Amino acid sequence: MFSSKRSAFWIAILVLIGFACLVPGVAAAQKLVLTGSSTIAPLVGEFARRFESLNQGVRVDVQTGGSSRGMNDTRNKIANIGMVSRAMKANESDLHAFTIALDGVGIILHINNPVTSLSKQQVIDIYSGKITNWQAVGGKNARITVVNKAEGRSTLELFLAYFGMKNSAIKPHIIIGDNQQGIKTIAGNVNAIGYVSIGAAEHAAGYRVPIKLIALDGHEASVANVRNGSFPLSRPLNLITASIPQGLTKDFITFSRSQQVHDLIEAQYFVPVSDD
Amino acid sequence: MTDRLLRWVLRIGAITSALIMLLILFFLLLESWPALQQITLTRFFTDPSWHPLEAAYNLLPMLSGTLYASIGALLLAIPLGIASALFIVYYAPPHLALLYQRLIELLAGIPSVVFGFWGLITLVPLINQLHPPGASLLAGILILTLMILPTITLTAHAALLAVPDEFQRGAVALGLSRWGVIRGVMLPAARTGIVAGIILAAGRAIGETMAVLMVTGNVVQHATSLYDPIRTLAANIALEMAYAMGDHRGVLFVSGLLLMLLVMLLSGMAATLSNKHHA
Repeated sequence: MFSSKRSAFWIAILVLIGFACLVPGVAAAQKLVLTGSSTIAPLVGEFARRFESLNQGVRVDVQTGGSSRGMNDTRNKIANIGMVSRAMKANESDLHAFTIALDGVGIILHINNPVTSLSKQQVIDIYSGKITNWQAVGGKNARITVVNKAEGRSTLELFLAYFGMKNSAIKPHIIIGDNQQGIKTIAGNVNAIGYVSIGAAEHAAGYRVPIKLIALDGHEASVANVRNGSFPLSRPLNLITASIPQGLTKDFITFSRSQQVHDLIEAQYFVPVSDD
Repeated sequence: MTDRLLRWVLRIGAITSALIMLLILFFLLLESWPALQQITLTRFFTDPSWHPLEAAYNLLPMLSGTLYASIGALLLAIPLGIASALFIVYYAPPHLALLYQRLIELLAGIPSVVFGFWGLITLVPLINQLHPPGASLLAGILILTLMILPTITLTAHAALLAVPDEFQRGAVALGLSRWGVIRGVMLPAARTGIVAGIILAAGRAIGETMAVLMVTGNVVQHATSLYDPIRTLAANIALEMAYAMGDHRGVLFVSGLLLMLLVMLLSGMAATLSNKHHA
């Protein structure tokens, strides 16, 4: 005698599930499509969420696929805005670029490692396995533990491009995923060398994690030097458009360069551009 | 009427879980299909290395890494787990047994990322003092052992308790010693349950990702000693998936397929094992 009540209950549940599936399908009034760099996409994804909550009825669709895809899609008008994680080249002057943040990569060591600076060539020799002992670069007599990033990571890409190396030429002892894992690995190993986002390293060092950023070719690795452009291992994160931005596109780019998103930029260890 | 309704609810539940399982398999095949079409199957075993961005896709070192870590952990955890279960059931005084059992249950409840974190900041530096770089196959084996030990202990414990009392009474009445009872009667009677627990634990060890990723160093190579860093198949997917595109993404799905194949092989083995036992 309970069964009819129970089946009514199950039917109600099913109907609810059905509705829950339908609701997100309701079309939004305005839509913005962004494609491109996988470095920028997580950041812009956060921007998009905040932008949507501030503007009713707007949907911002962020897709990855690499900087070149962002460039192509913008040129072919498939995307409203492209995301490109490098400086624009001379033959790309048909596109309008807006830098939203800077990304710097610094070499980190354990705080008890006496080495304070490395040259470009020394870093190449350490990573390619030609130098295997810290003594060769003015440190203690100890084996170097080389920490590299996993394939596909943007920091690895920037590192390889700057030092002119191929990933297969690197002889790593430890391979890590994100910046935090890198910082903890170095903090736990006095003889390790690694590279992470400068913002992440400064943040951790500020919380007494036993690591230090070292100078590269005499350039001190700091967020300040990334911001003023004097640190060599850095790059701009750009939003690009095919024509002068208007309407919703313009609103989103203005939003992305405003104070309103600085906390999001810093949360992902990038460096905001505008200083005000 | 209630019975019929229940039967339908259960039926729908069973069909749904089976469908989801098949859907996942289908999805894995679908996502790895473009990569499988471009890259001949043998290249996953004959390429010089794993550098997907430079079109080298050798999965073998990661397969060996996965197997070494899991087998190593099982070799440690099986004797320890069964010994713990025997201790709880037959040797410990009741109070201690209860305390010990709670402790093991607590161990089972610790999230894997906590194990990984502990391994990264405590275990790896310790091994590093012994033999650099610390992040190694050994660290992976030790962490996995900790993680699968409670599974083996608790299933063995349950299996031993499920053996009918008459077995034990009969054996004791025959004048067997305590160890004689355990070895000759209880362990054989509980064998199916214990083996099931071991298979479950092996599945967990093979699929464990976060904890292993944090302590094994993730260098793609065949380990020649316990102190060499390794990368497991599961860790490979977690490490590279976030930024992978195109073919790179595809081959990560292929390594997912391989992982699934491994687990399927394992459960197949378990099935034949228990069949043999019953026959």
